[in-house]
Amino acid sequence: MGVEAARLALRSSNSSNDTSPDSLIFGTALPSYADRSNATAIHAALRLPAGVPAFDMGSSVGSATAALRLGLTSGGSKLVVLSDMRSGLAGSADEAAGGDAAAAFVLGEGDAVVAEYLGGASITEEFLDRWRAPGEIRSKVWDDKFSEVTYVKAGRSAYASALTAAGLEASQVDLVAVAAPTARIGSALAGKLGATKVVDDLTTTVGATGAAQPGLVLANALEQVEPGQVIALVVCADGAEVIFLRATDAIARYTPARSIASQLDGGAPLAYGRFLSWRGMINVEPPRRPEPARPSGTAAARSGDWKFGFVGSRDTTDGMVFMPPSRVSFDGTRTDEMEPAPMADVVGTIATFTVDRLAYSPSPPIVFAVVDFDGGGRLPIELTDTDADEVAIGGRVEMTFRRLFTADGIHNYFWKGKLIRG
Amino acid sequence: MASHGIRDRVAIVGMGCTPFIENWGKGLDDLMIDAANDAYASAGVSKDDIDAYWFGTAQSAMSGIPLARALQLQNKPVTRVENYCATGSEALRQAAYAVASGAYDLVMVVGAEKVKDTGYQGLNAFPIANDGTARTLTAAAMFSMIVPAYGHKFGVDDDTMRSVLTHIAAKNHYNGARNSRAQFRKEISAEQIEKAPKMAGTLGVFDCAGVADGSAAAIVCRAEDAHKYTDKPIYVKALSFVAGNGSGLIDPAYDYTTFPEIAACAVDAYAQAGVTNAREQVAMAEVHDCFTPTELVLMEDLQFSERGTAWQEVLDGVFDLDGELPVNPDGGLKSFGHPVGASGLRMMFEAYLQLRGEAPEERTISSLAAGRKLALTHNLGGYPGEMVSFISLLGAELD
Repeated sequence: MGVEAARLALRSSNSSNDTSPDSLIFGTALPSYADRSNATAIHAALRLPAGVPAFDMGSSVGSATAALRLGLTSGGSKLVVLSDMRSGLAGSADEAAGGDAAAAFVLGEGDAVVAEYLGGASITEEFLDRWRAPGEIRSKVWDDKFSEVTYVKAGRSAYASALTAAGLEASQVDLVAVAAPTARIGSALAGKLGATKVVDDLTTTVGATGAAQPGLVLANALEQVEPGQVIALVVCADGAEVIFLRATDAIARYTPARSIASQLDGGAPLAYGRFLSWRGMINVEPPRRPEPARPSGTAAARSGDWKFGFVGSRDTTDGMVFMPPSRVSFDGTRTDEMEPAPMADVVGTIATFTVDRLAYSPSPPIVFAVVDFDGGGRLPIELTDTDADEVAIGGRVEMTFRRLFTADGIHNYFWKGKLIRG
Repeated sequence: MASHGIRDRVAIVGMGCTPFIENWGKGLDDLMIDAANDAYASAGVSKDDIDAYWFGTAQSAMSGIPLARALQLQNKPVTRVENYCATGSEALRQAAYAVASGAYDLVMVVGAEKVKDTGYQGLNAFPIANDGTARTLTAAAMFSMIVPAYGHKFGVDDDTMRSVLTHIAAKNHYNGARNSRAQFRKEISAEQIEKAPKMAGTLGVFDCAGVADGSAAAIVCRAEDAHKYTDKPIYVKALSFVAGNGSGLIDPAYDYTTFPEIAACAVDAYAQAGVTNAREQVAMAEVHDCFTPTELVLMEDLQFSERGTAWQEVLDGVFDLDGELPVNPDGGLKSFGHPVGASGLRMMFEAYLQLRGEAPEERTISSLAAGRKLALTHNLGGYPGEMVSFISLLGAELD
C-alpha cells in the first residue's frame, strides 16, 4: 500500500516536478521486518536513486506524524509514506472500526507546492492509551474515557500553541482534519476547536487507519481545499500534534492521480471468512502441494530492478520488450544491446486467462492472465483484486506492487496485474 | 547445418512396461527391475549382453547409480537423462544415437518415476533457487488458457469447446478401459466429465491427466542386427527434439492456440522419416494429452488437421479408436497417469504392440490393416509458450 500511495503521489506531483526526492521517510505501526529496513522495498519499487536515503519511522502510530513533521521542517524535498494495517481479535471493536490505508506526500519547495507549512506544535504525553507487544495482533486499551479526556486536553493545548506558532487566529482556520485512535475521540476533540469546517476523517468508510490516518485525513482535506484556505491537521497519538498548512494557488491546478472518493467507489465486498484468513486469524486448508520456497536473497539482489522496479529490457535495434529482462535479442543474434524498459506504469490487455483452483496462494483461487503491454512486452501474471468472472480476453490491466507470499520470514514482493474497471 | 536423422539405422527389439498405478507397494527399484526384466525377456537377452544404459527420470533419482544399483549392473555406463516431461523419450533418443554412432551394439533405456511418495497432489517440480518472481501456477492452469484463446480465435463457442474437450477425455478413457496396464480402466460418460469438480479455468478433473508410478524399458540395436533378437523389430524412422526458448511468454505474437515448438519438431520429424502427408501416412499417434485442450491443439501442430479445424474433426471421431487416425489408442496420459520418466517409453510401448500386431483385439486399430505403416509418439514438457517437444516415428518395415 505504501508503494501504491507513493506512486500516486509521485504521479500527481510529476506534472511540475520530476526530480527525485532527497530522501524517503516511511512511517508505520506495523513494520514487515525488524532489524532490516522496510523503507528500502518502497525505495526499490519506486526506482529511487541509490543515493537517496530511505528511513524507517516506527513502530507507533505517532511515528507517522513524526515523519510528516520532520519532512515539513527539515528542508529539501522529501517523500513521506505512511502506511498501516489495523488488526484486532475476531469480533473486537478494533476489528470492526479499523481500516488499512496508506498515504504519501511529496514535500519540497517551489511553484509546485500546493500547501505551505505555516507552523505547528506538539504535546507529548506518556500515558496508557493503547498498547501491543511487537508481533501481537491485538491492541489493548486501558480506558476509552480516560483516553478521550487526555487527548481532548492535549489536542486543545497543542492547537492553541500551534496557532501562536503559525501566527494565526482561530477564525482564520478553514478546515480541521483530525486523526485519532477512535472516531469518538476525534469528534470530541474537533468539537472543541471552534473550526468552521471539520473534514470527514473517513472512519465510517475506510475505518481508523492508525499510522496512515494523519496522511489520509490530510489528503482528504487537500482534495477539497480552496486556494488561500488554511488546513489544520490534528493528530492524537501519545499526546497531540498540530500542523497548519495554507493552500497555494497551485492547489487549483492539482488533480490527485486517484482521488479518495474514486477509491471508495471502487471498493468491493469482502467475505468475513476470507478477511479472517488474510489476517491469519483462521487457518485455511492449503492445497496438498508444496508451499512456495523462499526467494533467493542473492538472486533477488541481482534482479532488483525487475523484481521491485518492474523494469524489463528493450532491444535497442528492434524495440522488442523483454519481461523479465534479457541480455540476448529475440532472434539470438545480439548480446547486451538492451536498454531498460520501465513497465510499472504501462497498462496492458488480456490475451488469454485462467483461474487456478489448485496452486498455492494466500488468496485462492489465483486469477491469472497473459498480459500484452501497450507499446510492446508480454507477461503471464497473477491478477489481484479481480474476481474470476470479471476476466475476459481484451480486458485492460494495470500493475500493482504486492506481497506474493512469505516464506522463512522473507516477504516475497513482486508485481501483480489488476483489472482496470469502467 | 541439418537434422539428418537415423531413419532405419536403429531398431527396438524388446520392451517392457509395468502397470501405471498409484503403486504403494513398489518403490522405484521394483518398478525399474520389473520393466527391465520384461524387456530382457522380450528380446531374449541377458543383463550382460547390454553394453550401456540410459536412465530417464525427472526427479525420482539423480545420476546413473540408482539404475546400476537396482539392476546390479557390473561396470556398465549408465547415463541419467532429464528433459521435463519428455524425459523418457529423450533417454531413448540418446541411446539410439549412441547405437547409430557405432559406440555400442546393444543398449537399454529405462524410464521410471516414483511420483506417489511425495504426499502431494499432481506433479511438482523441485525448487530451484530464484528471485521469487517466477509464476507458481499449476500446469492445469497454464494449459487451460488455451481454451478461451482457441475458442476466441476460431469462433468456437464455449459449449462446443466443452463438447470437444469432453470427447477427447471420453475417447481416451474408452481406450484406457481396454488396457490392463492403465490406471483408470473405466469408460467415463460425458455427463461425468462435465460435472466433475473444476481444477483450473474450465478444466475439470477429467480434463487432466492423472498421476501414477511406473516404469518402461526398451532395448535398442542397429537395424542390421535386429533379427538376432526378434522376428518383429520396430525401426526408428525419426527422432526429433525442440527445446523452446520461452518466446511465447514474452512475445505478444504468440496466441495460445498452437505450440510452435511442436509444429517445428513435427516438420523435422516428418522430413527425417520422409513423410509428406501426415494425415494420410500416420497410422496411429500416442500424444501428450496432459490436458484435453493440449490434445486438441496437437492435432493441428502435428499436421493431422488444418488450423482451426481439429475441434470439428475431434467431434467427428477422426481420432477415435475406430477412426481414420486413432490417437492414444492405449488410453493416453488420461488413463495412465504420468510418471514423467516413463511416459515417453509407455507411448512407444503401445506403438511397439500395435505395429507388431500384439495389441489386444479390443483395442487393435484398423488403420494399419488399411495400409498405413507409421506410428507416431509425441511428448511435451513445460507449458504453452515455453516447452520442449519430442516426436518419434516408428515402423515395422524398412523403407
